[in-house]
Amino acid sequence: MDQILLQILNGLDKGSAYALIALGLTLIFGTLGVVNFAHGALFMIGAFCAVTLQKLLSYSTVTIDPTKTDFLGNPAKIKTPYVEAWFGPEMGAAIIDWSVPLAILFSIPIMILIGFIMERGLIKHFYNRPHADQILVTFGLAIVLQEIIKQKFGANPIPTPAPDAFRGSFDFGVLLGFDPNAIIYPYWRIIYFVFSLVVISSVFAFLRFTTFGMVVRAGMADRETVGLLGINIDKRFTIMFGIAAAVAGVAGVMYAPINSPNYHMGMDFLVLSFVVVVVGGMGSLPGAVLAGFLLGILESFASMNEIKQFLPGIDQIIIYLTAIVILLVRPRGLMGKRGVMEE
Amino acid sequence: MLGLNKRDTKFLIIVILLTAFTPFLLQPFPEGSAMAQFNGGYPDLMQRVAIFGIFAIGFNILFGLTGYLSFGHAAFLGVGSYSAVWMMKLLSMNIIPGIILAMIMSGLFALLIGWISLRRSGIYFSILTLAFAQMSYNLAYSVLTPLTNGETGLQIRPNDPRILDGENASPYTNLFGLDMSASYKWEVFGHQFTFNTGFYVCAVIAVIAFYISLRIFRSPFGMMLRAVKSNQQRMSYTGLNPRPYTLAAFVISGMYAGLAGGLLAAMDPLAGAERMQWTVGGEVVIMTILGGAGTLLGPVLGAGAIKYLENIFSKINDNVLHNWFSFLPDTPFWTGFPFYSDASIEDAVVWFFSRFTGEGWALTLGLMFMLVVTFLPGGLVEGGRRIMGLFKRKPKGDGDDPEHHPQSTPHVAE
Repeated sequence: MDQILLQILNGLDKGSAYALIALGLTLIFGTLGVVNFAHGALFMIGAFCAVTLQKLLSYSTVTIDPTKTDFLGNPAKIKTPYVEAWFGPEMGAAIIDWSVPLAILFSIPIMILIGFIMERGLIKHFYNRPHADQILVTFGLAIVLQEIIKQKFGANPIPTPAPDAFRGSFDFGVLLGFDPNAIIYPYWRIIYFVFSLVVISSVFAFLRFTTFGMVVRAGMADRETVGLLGINIDKRFTIMFGIAAAVAGVAGVMYAPINSPNYHMGMDFLVLSFVVVVVGGMGSLPGAVLAGFLLGILESFASMNEIKQFLPGIDQIIIYLTAIVILLVRPRGLMGKRGVMEE
Repeated sequence: MLGLNKRDTKFLIIVILLTAFTPFLLQPFPEGSAMAQFNGGYPDLMQRVAIFGIFAIGFNILFGLTGYLSFGHAAFLGVGSYSAVWMMKLLSMNIIPGIILAMIMSGLFALLIGWISLRRSGIYFSILTLAFAQMSYNLAYSVLTPLTNGETGLQIRPNDPRILDGENASPYTNLFGLDMSASYKWEVFGHQFTFNTGFYVCAVIAVIAFYISLRIFRSPFGMMLRAVKSNQQRMSYTGLNPRPYTLAAFVISGMYAGLAGGLLAAMDPLAGAERMQWTVGGEVVIMTILGGAGTLLGPVLGAGAIKYLENIFSKINDNVLHNWFSFLPDTPFWTGFPFYSDASIEDAVVWFFSRFTGEGWALTLGLMFMLVVTFLPGGLVEGGRRIMGLFKRKPKGDGDDPEHHPQSTPHVAE
């Protein structure tokens, strides 16, 4: 029992990341009808927003303190981050410590801007071209973005720690009446899960309860009619692209403490999120979220030792296998609408 | 000749000549001159051009003719490499059994994957092939370690059984005693040309592969594949089932990929799982489209261009760039600022270009690919045709495919 609970919890954080990326992919596909292979790169850029902010915040002045010496006997160089000089040592240290949550605020405008530029500058020209062309051009874009990040930040993963306050683990075992240490779960992963729920529900609420969201949903159902009613639907779809980019971006920001960002993390997640979108049903937002969590949990179950002994290697392929079965048995996915990309 | 009409025969002969003279074509500059770094005529590169040419020709039979975009062809390349290395370990260092098994195994593998994937089309097909490729890659890395030797990769060892080889057989890959790595260097007028056995073996196979694809393009079977691309529904309404045709195309292209993988192993007896990663499958997509999908020569040109440029660009480092731009002023122009205060115009220019060369080759490749997809969906072949059209008063239609392709398609694939 405690094992099963543990695996469900373990699956949640990866599942959250899958769900957030798949949500963005589906938003873009549902509104603009574009298959965006560069969406994983947006996730990766989000993670590097966290890295950048951390670096920016810890920019330091170097002063030489003649009273102390370092281990070579030279006068010691003392680094004081500018933030500490400006806000006082305690406040400054706290700001640096909280750089990852702060990076959410930092990343949203950046990601929306990148989304706008991508949509207006490139993807706009591909609406009337076949899906294969869209896949190819966004695949090229993904390579370009990935290489830019690689040149700027190097090929190695960059550790980006969470704030000190969240560094420990939470003992679910005690809470639920199991043995202590049976179900240990890091705080940050709980935060990630809650955060992803907040983001997902706010996207849904935005689409459901605002006039803007209503128009967008109408545009998803019938773009031409909405256009004929005198609404500039293209502009709204561009904004939705920006929002989808921002969702991927904040997903990346928050994922940075879980897995140190490296330049190819986007590609790794991209393939899986496509699988998630397909399993959930192309064009269905709830389907994408549901499939994201389901596959995340499924993956963590498959990596249990008991199952691995029984079926070696299953943890590596379970997601793909599920996708293949779903595509063959139920081509429109778990919650896909009839007729949307069912070919 | 060989069942081809006059025009195609001429075309084939041109291709044969181009292949045969590759050592000259890729080595246009004298040794020791300033331009010598643009020479690409060494065995490794030439072999790769020929091998990836085969890979791309095969991919083009699927993508160019039927429009099915597969991202999973790397799996067949990997299967080919592994089976070829196993043959070299078990039977003989002669490359023939390895290549034959590579083609058979990848063909069977393609039959299985194609049979499943081809139930869907469009983006679903792409994702299914992607899923299969990632699955094979993950399995090759983890569970199949006894077969694939995991991260280290499959290698030849001195104590392998090699039951067909005698006591004093060559320990290197060979073709009936002809060592693959043997080269003959010919120096003339300061030029140095290298004629490598391995390259010519690959080249002969590539020409045969090209000939087969030419025949497929011109055959009724090729027509069927084009019908799949232009309108599958209409094809089924006329009472033809498209599935067997697409499956056949998929298996053929899988066997081409396996052949390429086998040849890679034959040139360098080593097979690793990274050959199965989907980015390798993405590379062959890039090659085919850069050259021109659906044209005969396009994929070969694309493979050649990418492999050559990759080699050249990777060699251009900061020193080379500083040499090139040494005529620019050396004086700092950025004074009074805290960062990079001693940067000169030369440094700035070198910095800019070094983003795209050396390590930055992949960036250039990505940009190039995006530009081609956006502005030149027909690839290099269409570009060439457009340039020819500028000079000719009456532009002829399709240069290499007059019968079946009366108008050039506006998109990469439909």
